[in-house]
Amino acid sequence: MGLTYQSTGRSTTREIFNVPNAGSELVIALAGNPNTGKSTVFNALTGLRQHTGNWPGKTVLRAEGSFIHGGRRYTLIDLPGTYSLHANSVEEEVARDFLCFANPDATVVVADGTCLERNLNLALQVMEITDNVIVCVNLIDEARRKKMHINIQKLSKALGVPVVPTAARSGEGLSELMDTISDVALGRVMPKPVLVRYSDEMEKAIAQMEPKVREIIGTHINTRWVALRLIDGDTKLVQAMERYYKEQNPKQADLEVLA
Amino acid sequence: MNSEAAVGNLLEEAKGIIGDQQAGIRDGIVKSIYDTSENITKDVVSYTSVHRVDWDRKIDNIITSPIWGFPIMFGLLAVVFWITIAGANYPSEFLATQLFWVQGRLTELFLALSAPEWLHGFLVLGVYTALAWVVSVMLPPMAIFFPLFTLLEDAGYLPRVAFNLDRFFKKAGAHGKQALTMSMGFGCNAAGVIACRIIESPRERLIATLTNTFVPCNGRFPTIIALASLFIAGSVSVTLGSFIATLGVAGLVVFGIAVTLFVSWLLSKTLLKGEPSSFTLELPPYRKPQVGQVLVRSVIDRTIFVLSRAVVIAAPAGGLVWIMANTTIGDSTILAAAANWLDPFAGLMGLDGFILMAFILGLPANEIVFPILIMSYVSGGTLVQMESLADLRHLLIDQHGWTWLTGLCTVIFALCHWPCGTTLFTIQREQKNWRWTLLAAIIPASIGVIICITITTLARALNLV
Repeated sequence: MGLTYQSTGRSTTREIFNVPNAGSELVIALAGNPNTGKSTVFNALTGLRQHTGNWPGKTVLRAEGSFIHGGRRYTLIDLPGTYSLHANSVEEEVARDFLCFANPDATVVVADGTCLERNLNLALQVMEITDNVIVCVNLIDEARRKKMHINIQKLSKALGVPVVPTAARSGEGLSELMDTISDVALGRVMPKPVLVRYSDEMEKAIAQMEPKVREIIGTHINTRWVALRLIDGDTKLVQAMERYYKEQNPKQADLEVLA
Repeated sequence: MNSEAAVGNLLEEAKGIIGDQQAGIRDGIVKSIYDTSENITKDVVSYTSVHRVDWDRKIDNIITSPIWGFPIMFGLLAVVFWITIAGANYPSEFLATQLFWVQGRLTELFLALSAPEWLHGFLVLGVYTALAWVVSVMLPPMAIFFPLFTLLEDAGYLPRVAFNLDRFFKKAGAHGKQALTMSMGFGCNAAGVIACRIIESPRERLIATLTNTFVPCNGRFPTIIALASLFIAGSVSVTLGSFIATLGVAGLVVFGIAVTLFVSWLLSKTLLKGEPSSFTLELPPYRKPQVGQVLVRSVIDRTIFVLSRAVVIAAPAGGLVWIMANTTIGDSTILAAAANWLDPFAGLMGLDGFILMAFILGLPANEIVFPILIMSYVSGGTLVQMESLADLRHLLIDQHGWTWLTGLCTVIFALCHWPCGTTLFTIQREQKNWRWTLLAAIIPASIGVIICITITTLARALNLV
């Protein structure tokens, strides 16, 4: 039997990103636009339990930390700050590859509450890749000062994922954020993202592509999203798939030899 | 089953499904996402204060609108230049008078001390004269232009310029961020070249690097402004003159942008083929500029910096020019010989040998091109006493036969010639490839030569001169 994406599990993919395998620790990704206080959230959650380095093979700074909540250990990966996941830059590529191939147990999208619209663009794109998304509306104190009111319940309903308002600088909302993270990571809450609907022709094309995608790569990666990227002619994603597939190949081969 | 090949096949299949609509796909996807975000935001965000108006958005809608964006840009540019040209005239005049009065006293001092003639020549007629010209011609425009430009920068206008220009750069096959690196180039081309690091793709970064010199930098702006006001403004009435000079300078900047786009397009069709990549440009909120800080920053960071660089380079250059003008080989001075040698080619370009030589000697810093030119004119011919800007006009037009064509070609060549030494050095350091560095000098120089020759030939053929 040849190797397919299906036959290689998520645990081997995670090794490529130097994150703990499923089962031992829960892996949480932190995504967000630049200048949204993402690093403040990261620092507030992990405290001093963090270390920095580079992403494998890339000169992009990577910060990793951990926190303990309800007796469990969570590894938090700070993704590079990006505006989109269309892989226009190395940063976007790194963030996308991690979300797509490392399958974090939950992904927190940190959004700037004072300019929600621009920040939601990224959240919507993350939600296309993974279901387990939490939107953290940060800088809520600044939004209040600007006399803005954000209806959190309504936002959560519109997105189909949990939304937590925070002011990371003062620590407001952080314990609620941790609770929500563990709810989602442990499967107590199952987000049902409301996805972007594209034009009719696009949706038709996606519907046509999706079964074909599923046939080849299985359901391990979100097939609707892969179909969308393929229609967009995203050669970088295809290259990335081939790369990760190749990298996990020898490991899988080793396992087969041992077995 | 081999999934590696299969994924590639999927991409082909997707292409088959979507067919020839491929081009609009990315824009369609981005638009759908943005529309969704906008709708959700409208639904969940409300403002407690009733009278809140989003001024930023309102202003942006006008400033970055497809119709008004460019007229406003041109208008602002013109206002800045007009203030600079109109305002620089009197201080320039004043400085020139004062500094050359000092020169007279220096000469008297040297005579009183019965210092040797060559020492007086080298130090006073060479070094001091060059410095005096640098200060009086360069300082007033800089002291007015930089604070105005910094004000625009501080208020948040420059990213809007980038936004307006983005689609043109995209059409030229270059990166939209090139508009930003170009804006940096207005400050200093070397800084502009370093700013090209913000462009991810090596291809587009190289395009931005090679074309950065087509925006006039700090060092060339005063030359252009001085020439424009001297030349155009002097010939007609004062108000009308400064108006025409303003249009001339603003037009030249627009011309520079057009050349940038053209060369970018040419490069992306020939040497550096490829598709432009898209990016997100964040428009920062408008801020009330901090006037005090702007003044301090632009005077210290820019004016003093540029002026001191000019002074440091102009002093030895002035000495060198004096030596060249006073050392004779055979029956003519080195300066005259070099100028004569360059003259036939320079003539084709509508310039003369002295102008071309000033550009060549100005390689270390563009700031000194004009002062060197004045120096070589003055010391090359009979030594006239230059005491005011009117004398300068007299020198160029009456003694050295400048016509409008000479002025135009000089200004165009100031815009399109090799970048200064610092910029070339920076390009070499950034690209680590001498071929690209060489190309960065050859491309603008050959374009300048071609344009000047074309204009001159046309003007002469049509008997306009």
